[in-house]
Amino acid sequence: MTEMTARKDWMSLLAKAPPKALAALWDTRETPDFTWLRAPEIGAAMVRGRMGGTGAPFNMGEMTVTRCSLQLDGGAVGHAYVQGRDKAHAERAALVDALMQTDAADRVRAEVLDPLRADMTERAEARAARAAATKVEFFTLVRGED
Amino acid sequence: MDAAVLNGGFGDAPIDAARAFRAAMQAMARPGTIHEVTGAEPPAPLSTATGVLILTLCDPETGVHLAGGHDCAEVRGWITFHTGAPFVSAEDCDFALGTWEALHPLDRFRIGTAQYPDRSATLIVERAEVRAEGAILTGPGIRDTARLSLPDVAAFRANASRFPLGWDAYFCAANRLAALPRSTQVEG
Repeated sequence: MTEMTARKDWMSLLAKAPPKALAALWDTRETPDFTWLRAPEIGAAMVRGRMGGTGAPFNMGEMTVTRCSLQLDGGAVGHAYVQGRDKAHAERAALVDALMQTDAADRVRAEVLDPLRADMTERAEARAARAAATKVEFFTLVRGED
Repeated sequence: MDAAVLNGGFGDAPIDAARAFRAAMQAMARPGTIHEVTGAEPPAPLSTATGVLILTLCDPETGVHLAGGHDCAEVRGWITFHTGAPFVSAEDCDFALGTWEALHPLDRFRIGTAQYPDRSATLIVERAEVRAEGAILTGPGIRDTARLSLPDVAAFRANASRFPLGWDAYFCAANRLAALPRSTQVEG
């Protein structure tokens, strides 16, 4: 994985992570010193979709997004765009993004990102399993119209 | 990314932007008055006052035109990170930025239409200094007369003569700003 897609990958994970799950993993750690480049701010982003994943884009609706940017005292810059209105969540996500560009990357990956990813996969699978249990199989009888 | 591009925004955006907007509005409402603003630390060649105006007035829906030496990578990156404003040609811009010489020719900028005189450009002119002396100003917002150091009296007189059409101008030097709307009559 290239550097760009790797960063995209963890930023996407942090953006979608439930605030409580990230907080539980992060708050055992010591917060590094940093300065704000852009203090957390709440806004709306238009989510666009494509019918069937391939059609023409359409506006699906707006969602609330919180963003922030910060710089660690070491110089690494972290950005975060997360869903919802939780400013502390955005701060944690930006700190993780910044730390992933420093020597602490491997530790952060092992202690925060991997457990977070496992947790989210588990939730998604549990939800998919609950939905699958209610699935109804339709089939069509030959009606003999000819 | 270069730290100069990311630094220098408002520390406390709601408060700083409200103060800056008040100063920008007062400057335009009372031509010839000079206001001191703080909060932004933009990269060179932008002055503090220009940076404050950009942070306060620009957003993704206002086209910005950078003229002459202001059209450099640092300034573009700084404006993009802090405001998200798109860069457009002089003919389509809402805000034009540069020194007085770089902004010429001035007939490139939008002056609005008879139905929508507000669809016009605002020039943000970078000056070495802004002082309350020189050209004599009269008109709305001025009790008797005011004075302002203008770069060129003839251009502003021509601009005022086509009121309600025309562009408006801000003058910025270091942390001081003044403004000259199209409604003000200028005499050398």
